[in-house]
Amino acid sequence: MADAPTPQPPEPAGGPQIGVDEWVSRSAERILGRSGLLGRAEKELRRVPAVVRFLAVGGLAALIPVITSDPYLIRVATVTAVFALLALGLNVAVGFAGLLDLGYIAYYGFGAYGYAMLSSSKFGIHWQAWQSIPVVVAGAIVLGFFLALPSRRLIGDYLAIVTLFFGQIFYTLLIQGYKISLLGINKDVGLKSANWDVTGGPNGIANVDGFRAFGGTASSERAYFWIALSAVAVVYAVLHLANRSRTGRAWRALNDDALAAQVMSMPINWLKLLAIGVGAGAGALAGTINAALLQGAFPDDYNTMVLIIIYAIVILGGAGSLTGAVLGAIVVNVGLEALRPGTEFSNWTSNGRGLFYVTILLILLVRLRPWRRLVAVLGGTIAFGLVLHAIVGAAWPRGVHGGILNSAGTFSSGGWIGSALRHWLVLPSGTYEIGGYTAFNYLICLLIAMILCLTLLKGWRRDLLMIPTLWLAGLVYEARLIEEGSGATRFLLLGAALIVVMAVRPQGFLGRPRVEIV
Amino acid sequence: MHSLQLVGYFQSYQLTWSYFLDQLVAGLTLGSLYGLMALGYSMVYGILKLLNFAHGEVFMIGSYIGYFVLVALGGTTNPTVPVALLIILMFGAAMIGSGVLGVVIERFAYRPLRVAKAPRIAPLISALGVSFCLQQLASIFFGTEYKQYNPFGLSGGTLTTPWHIGSLEVSWMQMIVILTTAFLMLVLWQLVTRTQIGRAMRAASFDLEAASMMGIDVDRVVVFTFFVGSALAGAGGVMNGLYLSNTFPLVGFNVGLIAFTAAVVGGIGSIPGAMVGGVTIGLLKAFAIGYWSSAYQDVIVFCILIVVLLIRPSGIFGVPAPQKV
Repeated sequence: MADAPTPQPPEPAGGPQIGVDEWVSRSAERILGRSGLLGRAEKELRRVPAVVRFLAVGGLAALIPVITSDPYLIRVATVTAVFALLALGLNVAVGFAGLLDLGYIAYYGFGAYGYAMLSSSKFGIHWQAWQSIPVVVAGAIVLGFFLALPSRRLIGDYLAIVTLFFGQIFYTLLIQGYKISLLGINKDVGLKSANWDVTGGPNGIANVDGFRAFGGTASSERAYFWIALSAVAVVYAVLHLANRSRTGRAWRALNDDALAAQVMSMPINWLKLLAIGVGAGAGALAGTINAALLQGAFPDDYNTMVLIIIYAIVILGGAGSLTGAVLGAIVVNVGLEALRPGTEFSNWTSNGRGLFYVTILLILLVRLRPWRRLVAVLGGTIAFGLVLHAIVGAAWPRGVHGGILNSAGTFSSGGWIGSALRHWLVLPSGTYEIGGYTAFNYLICLLIAMILCLTLLKGWRRDLLMIPTLWLAGLVYEARLIEEGSGATRFLLLGAALIVVMAVRPQGFLGRPRVEIV
Repeated sequence: MHSLQLVGYFQSYQLTWSYFLDQLVAGLTLGSLYGLMALGYSMVYGILKLLNFAHGEVFMIGSYIGYFVLVALGGTTNPTVPVALLIILMFGAAMIGSGVLGVVIERFAYRPLRVAKAPRIAPLISALGVSFCLQQLASIFFGTEYKQYNPFGLSGGTLTTPWHIGSLEVSWMQMIVILTTAFLMLVLWQLVTRTQIGRAMRAASFDLEAASMMGIDVDRVVVFTFFVGSALAGAGGVMNGLYLSNTFPLVGFNVGLIAFTAAVVGGIGSIPGAMVGGVTIGLLKAFAIGYWSSAYQDVIVFCILIVVLLIRPSGIFGVPAPQKV
C-alpha cells in the first residue's frame, strides 16, 4: 500500500477497506501469532481447509481400534472421547459465553442416570438407544434452561456458587435417592409407600443395557469407541458452525462485555440460557455413552472431583477453543492413565523410554532460543550428570551400580540409551534397602519444587537451574520404574502441571490471550 | 418411636427448650468455624478478586500441624506442658505454619499470573492445582488414615463434658471454639481498621490500581493478606480437630466448600459479612440436622441460600458493584 505511486481504486471485497490501514488492522493478529518453529507450523496448517483438517484428524482417530486390538487401550481412547465431549459442552458456557457454570456435572449425571433408568431392568423399561438418547438429551436441555434461570439476576462468582449448589444438590439426590419419601420426611405423615428407590443410592444402577438400535447391540470396545468418536465429531462440527454463526458472535459479545451487548439490543438472558442449555445437551450425551460403556450409573462418577477434571481440561486446552478442548482431554486423560501404576498402558509408556527424552528435547528445542542457550543448557546438563556420577562413584561406589529397570521389573541393558543413562544418572543398586518408596516421594517433591522455582526465574538464572532440574527429571523417570507403587503421585503431578501451565501460558494451549483495550 | 400427632411429625424431645438450645450452641460453634474460614476467602477476594480454592487445603495442613504439636508434646493422655499452654502452642504453631504456607502459595501460584495479567479463570485453575498437590502431599507423607486428636483425654475429660447453665449445655470445647473465634475476629477488625497496613488493605480492596499509584506497595499488602487469611484457616483447622476429634487429608474440601458459600452469602469481600454468613450457615445446618433430616442437610442449606442470593444478588452484606461504562 505504501509503495503505491498513485491513488488506487477501492479494492474488491475481502481486501482492506477504504479508511482502514491494513497494517493497523492486522496488528493484533501479528502480536498474537506465534513466531519460530511453532508459528511456521501453525501457518502451514492454516492453509489446509478446515474441513480437510477435521476429516483427516477424525479419520486418523477412527483408525485407533484398527491399529491396536488391546481392549484396554481402546477403553482409554473411549473414555478420552467422553471427556472430550464433556469439555466441548462445558466450553460453550465457559469459553464462548463466559458463564462460570459449576453445576455442569449435573447434566452429565442426568444423562447417565436418565439413560440408565430408561434402558435397564431397574424399572423394567428397555428402550432402544435411538429412543432413550433423544429423550434424555432433550430432558437435559430443559433442565439446563431451568437451572440457568438464576443467571438472569446473578453474575460472575455469584452465578458460580449457585450453580455449584445445583451440582451438590444433584449429587446428594443421587446418594439419597434410594429412599425418597415426600421431601425427606420419612416419619409417619400418613403416607403408605414412604420410600421409593429411584437412583439406587450409593450403589447406583447396575445392569444397564448396551446401546441397542434396530436389532443390533453395541457390545465390543471398538463399537463404543466409534460411537463416542462420532458423537465428538458431530458435536464438534455443530459447535464450530454455531460459533461462527450470529449466535456464536453474540456469545462472544456477551463474554467480552455483557452490558455493551445488552445496549446493542442483544437478548442476553436468552443467550445465557441457550449457552447453558446447549452445553447441558452435550454433557448429557456424554453421560449416556458413559452409562452404556460402564453398563451402569454410579454416583461417584458424577461428583465434584470429576467436575474439576473437566474444568482443568477446558482451561488447559484454552477456553473458547474447540480444538483446545479436545487436545486438553487427550493430554489430561491419557496423562492420568499413563501415570496410573500397574496398568498395561503405563507399562507401555515406561518401555517407550525414548518418547520421554525426545519429548523433553523437543520442548527445549522449541522454547530455548537462540541456539547458544540450547547448547549451553544441554551441554551443562550432560556435564552436570557426568560430574555428579564421578563424584558419587568415587565416594560411594555402590551408589552408581544400579541397573536400568524395564516395566517387567527385570534389569536390562536398555540398549545404548540405557548404558548412556547409567553413566549419567546416579542410580544406586538395591534401591529398596536404601530409601525405596519414601525417598522416591521426596525426589518427586524436590522435582516439583524446582520446576515451580523455574517459573519464577528469568534469564541466566533460569537456564542455570534448568540444568539440575533436567537431570533430576531423568532420575525420577528412571526411578519411577523401580517404584511402581506411586499411585498417589498422579494427582500430585496433575496439580503441579496445572500450576506450571497456568504460569507459563495463562490462556491455555490453544487459547488466544485477551487483548486489553485501555 | 412415638410421634406427637398434635404437631405433625416432630418427636416430643425435639420440641423441648433444651433441645433447641443444644442445636443453637452446636450451630454457633460450627458457624464460628465456617466464619473463620470464610474470612480467608473474603479477604483474598476483596483484594485480588480471586477465589482461592486452595484455602480448604491450608486449613487441612493447619489441622495436621496442630496434631503434630500435640503428639510432640506427649499427646492427650500425658501432655508434658499444662493443657492451656498446649492448646495455645497448637494454635500458635498452626497459625504460623499455615500463614507461611499461604504466602508460599501466593508467591508460586498466583503472583506470576497477576504479573502476566492472566484472564480471571486462570488463577482459579492454579488454585485447583495447588489444592490437588496439597491433598496428595498430605496423603503421601501423613497417610490417608484418620489422625485422632482424641480431645476426650485432655485434662481428664473436663473439656468435653458439658456445663449446665439452666437448660443450656455448653462444653469447654465449644466455649474454646466460640471465644477463640470471637477473639481472632476482634484482633482482625482492629488490625484492619486501626493500623497502617489495615488501611492499605482497605485501599487495595477498593481499587488495586489506584492504591498502587498512591504509593502503596500492593505486593506487600497481598502477601500480608494471604498470611493473615491462611493463619485464620490454620486456627480453624486446629479447632476443627479439637471439636470433631480427628483430621484427614480430605478434611479441607468440604469445609472449604461450605466456608466459601458462607463468604458469598455474607457478601464476598466484606469482613462482617463473612462472619454473619458463617454463623448463618452453621445455624441452618444445625437446625436442618436437628429438626429435619441429616441426609438432606446440605440440600436444605443450599436451597435456602439460593433463595437468599436471588433476593440479594450480592450477598447479605455485599454492596452491588456499580458498573462503569
